Amino acid sequence: MTATASLNHDDNLLQLQNVTKAYGREAKRFIAMRDVNLSLRRGEFVCLVGPSGCGKSTLLRIATGLNPATSGAVLYRGQTLNGVNPYATIVFQTFALFPWLTVLENVEIALKARRMPPAERTMRALKLIDTVGMNGFESAYPRELSGGMRQKIGFARAMAMEPELLCLDEPFSALDVLSAEALRGELMELWLSKSIPTQAILMVTHNIEEAILMADRIVVMGKNPGRIVADIAVNLRHPRHRKDSAFQTMVDKVYTAVAGETKSEKETLGTAPGQPGEKRMLPDVRLEALAGLLERLSEENGRFDLYRMGGELTLELDDLLPIVEAGELLGFLTVHAGDLLLSTPGQAYAEASILARKEIIAGRVLRLPVIAWIYKTLRSDDNKRVARDYFYDKLQDDFGDLTEKLLDIAIRWGRQAELFAYNSDTGELFLES
Amino acid sequence: MRRFRFSPALPKTPAFTPGDGLILLGLVTILYAGTRLAFNAPVVIAGPHISLSPLALPWYALFSVGRMMAAYFLSLLFSLFYGYAAARNRTAGTVLMPLLDVLQSVPILSFLPVVLLSLTTILPEGFAAELAAIVLIFTSQAWNMTFSFYQSITTIPNELREAAAIYRFSFWLRFSTLELPFAAIGLLWNSMMSWSGGWFFLMAAEIFHVGARDFRLPGLGSYLQTAANEANLRAIVMGIASLVLVIIFLDQFVWRPLIAWTDKFKVEMAEGGEPPASWFFEMLSRSWLVKQFRARVRRPFSTWIDGRLRRLSNGKVATPKVVPRSRRPSWTRIVPASIFAVAALYGIYRTATLLLTLPAVAWGQLGIGLAATLARVTVSLLIAMLWTIPVGVLIGTNRRWANLLQPVVQIVAAIPATALFPVLLLVLLQTANGLNISAIALMLMGAQWYLLFNVIAGAAAIPQDLRHTTDLLRLSSWDRWRTLIMPAVFPYIVTGAITASGGAWNASVVAEYVEFGGQTHTTAGVGALIAQATGRGDYALLLAATLALASVVVFINRTFWLRLYRLAEERYRME
Repeated sequence: MTATASLNHDDNLLQLQNVTKAYGREAKRFIAMRDVNLSLRRGEFVCLVGPSGCGKSTLLRIATGLNPATSGAVLYRGQTLNGVNPYATIVFQTFALFPWLTVLENVEIALKARRMPPAERTMRALKLIDTVGMNGFESAYPRELSGGMRQKIGFARAMAMEPELLCLDEPFSALDVLSAEALRGELMELWLSKSIPTQAILMVTHNIEEAILMADRIVVMGKNPGRIVADIAVNLRHPRHRKDSAFQTMVDKVYTAVAGETKSEKETLGTAPGQPGEKRMLPDVRLEALAGLLERLSEENGRFDLYRMGGELTLELDDLLPIVEAGELLGFLTVHAGDLLLSTPGQAYAEASILARKEIIAGRVLRLPVIAWIYKTLRSDDNKRVARDYFYDKLQDDFGDLTEKLLDIAIRWGRQAELFAYNSDTGELFLES
Repeated sequence: MRRFRFSPALPKTPAFTPGDGLILLGLVTILYAGTRLAFNAPVVIAGPHISLSPLALPWYALFSVGRMMAAYFLSLLFSLFYGYAAARNRTAGTVLMPLLDVLQSVPILSFLPVVLLSLTTILPEGFAAELAAIVLIFTSQAWNMTFSFYQSITTIPNELREAAAIYRFSFWLRFSTLELPFAAIGLLWNSMMSWSGGWFFLMAAEIFHVGARDFRLPGLGSYLQTAANEANLRAIVMGIASLVLVIIFLDQFVWRPLIAWTDKFKVEMAEGGEPPASWFFEMLSRSWLVKQFRARVRRPFSTWIDGRLRRLSNGKVATPKVVPRSRRPSWTRIVPASIFAVAALYGIYRTATLLLTLPAVAWGQLGIGLAATLARVTVSLLIAMLWTIPVGVLIGTNRRWANLLQPVVQIVAAIPATALFPVLLLVLLQTANGLNISAIALMLMGAQWYLLFNVIAGAAAIPQDLRHTTDLLRLSSWDRWRTLIMPAVFPYIVTGAITASGGAWNASVVAEYVEFGGQTHTTAGVGALIAQATGRGDYALLLAATLALASVVVFINRTFWLRLYRLAEERYRME
């Protein structure tokens, strides 16, 4: 049941070869994912982890055939997948139960779609509901159930398909901590005891501990564009315990892979609008949150483990990584071997007074090519006043659908640094005298 | 407060697009064809005899409801097909949705004469009048229902859609378990709105009567008109009473049970608020007969249907394929488009030649008429705002007043203004400038409720803590109105006013030209021109006036109202 199982080709259930996913056309083309290669063998439980926006969920939908790949091949049992994969099903983050159908009807609908006769389908549905321990709730509507119960029905419905490949899209992240823990245990019991016909599981999660608790293999994805950056085998015996040192080592390893290493300044910042080269999107982060992180880091003498930092600040990885990214962009910190390192400007900022902080931020924010370009454009204007639409048009070639958001973030940061101001009534950015 | 959701669906597109121009040209062509047909309409049309006997009332009520039902089912079918086509096919959607938007802002009643005259040439007169009424009601009901259905289909949560795909639902299963249930609540509320709009048009169609052409239909509307004509007070009271009874009956036995039933189709997962209640629905769901019906008839029937469908598909499961879509225009698109273009060009040419026969004096009259009607619409809207804003805010912010006034307001608002028009004439025609005043009064009665209900909804939506803040700051009542109430209610006033002005324009055709007590009364206005042209058989003027009215209204909507609506959405929306 581990990654070291036979490498025999026939064991491959799913294979993705050089899969690329792009949206839009020509100039406005946005590459969501580039050259992804991944294979999934029988008996394997694989988790996809990575920062938000790296295309984990998209990859899951490509594997099930819900979304077509722009280029590359998706093979299932060695055959090219055309349309929805009939051997696969998905359990959704938001359960995707039909609110107007009862629990029984929600499970039955999957069998009805398979055109099973009514008597047989009711019997099977009742049995599945019993399997997930929800008997007694057959005639309840989803809105009468708790999140955990709803997801159990989601699993029962997925099981009705008798899927060979079970895809899970963050199935526990909309649940409270205890329900999630219980449901994870139940799923692992069904999976490890082989009491379900499922041959392989592909799960997307942003919770690294969850991935290590359950998976045989963890595939780490990175973004800009979405790609696979690491493939880590988890050779721990079930049942796994969070407090084990081997477990902790593994957590650190995966965290390190997800956080990556701070790249050179040139690569981190990207190029200015209108210049050749890769552009960088600004992370959607409030600068106060970054200030909080820097202060915390300064208390730890400028070096702290990223994984433990997440735990102490009770921040999910998805929330912590954008703040770290903002810190890297502004040159306040670097990431190295799973640790956060405070830089000299970062140290100065953490110790400065409110007024001094504004000044430091102003200097730092001007490092960012997009903001520097906006500032320069405003300064060279006779009235020191330029319409937002002007910037929008110029940026759209590089940022496409993200332009609106990029401008919002740039304006927010520029305002906080008191570099420029924005009047939403007139839609103009201007320099304050 | 869910009862008051009167909001027109507005597009996010800029004011005018080339597509709009194309659609307007298409409309011109259709109108021209109608007018062409109307040339052959008989000069004298005898109307039906209307009996004022109370015994006739149930029959008349039945006739009126029958017309409404026929039109409603037509609208429902139309909305399902049209909305579905527009939502599922992106290319179709880019044409169908702007078309719908133009159609819903055109004043439909101005088309009544053209529709009536052209139908009388191809069909027997009585039947033509019936059909024209149904077509007219249809055109007043269908658009908002279609918009609602379209919007529901396009806003189905992604994961539910993906679930339907991954479980490989057939077309029918997807439609019956996902799309229709998801759209049910919106469709129901819009159906109710359509019915109240439909009553307005039905009454107008039932009393339409120009010169020697009597298009009246036996129904509650014509009963009321005849009663008013003969100044028969007893008959007037009985007519209005039966109309109100019919409306209340439908509300209690059709709409409220349906609202209670569709509550299960709401998507919010949180169990919140009072569920809508209906005594009739509760009685039904507890009744032995209904339970028997479900167990013995409905369930075997649906099982049988499922079995049939399964046998049809022979147990085979179709695997959907990904078909690369070609970006090049295909013949299937070019051919119909060019046929349409040629037909439209020809229509425009013929329209232009017909319009050129119109003397300059008539054009002058048309200009004056448009200005006069615009003035009336504006005055009626201003009066409506003057009273609905304070009263609406009072009801919306004060629970005690709300409990007291709401039931009364609901019943009064349910009476279609056009039904009361003959009564209004009876009183007002004796005074100087009476028709002018009663025209404004009719527009006011048609328009004010949309405004009132929207203001109530807006005032009720003002957050409690903002109201407390104004109390704590001890703002004067003027400052309170200026800083809190007006900005908060503004978006609702705009949405209400858009619908209200549409209603006012519509009323002009009925309001500005009346035959009453054997006499013809007219006042300057584009509506009067349309009616006069119909009476005289002046087809060039009829076409010109109808076109002018439609274009002016679409223009005002797109330039004035849409802009206000955007401002309201961007600046003053509280959510």
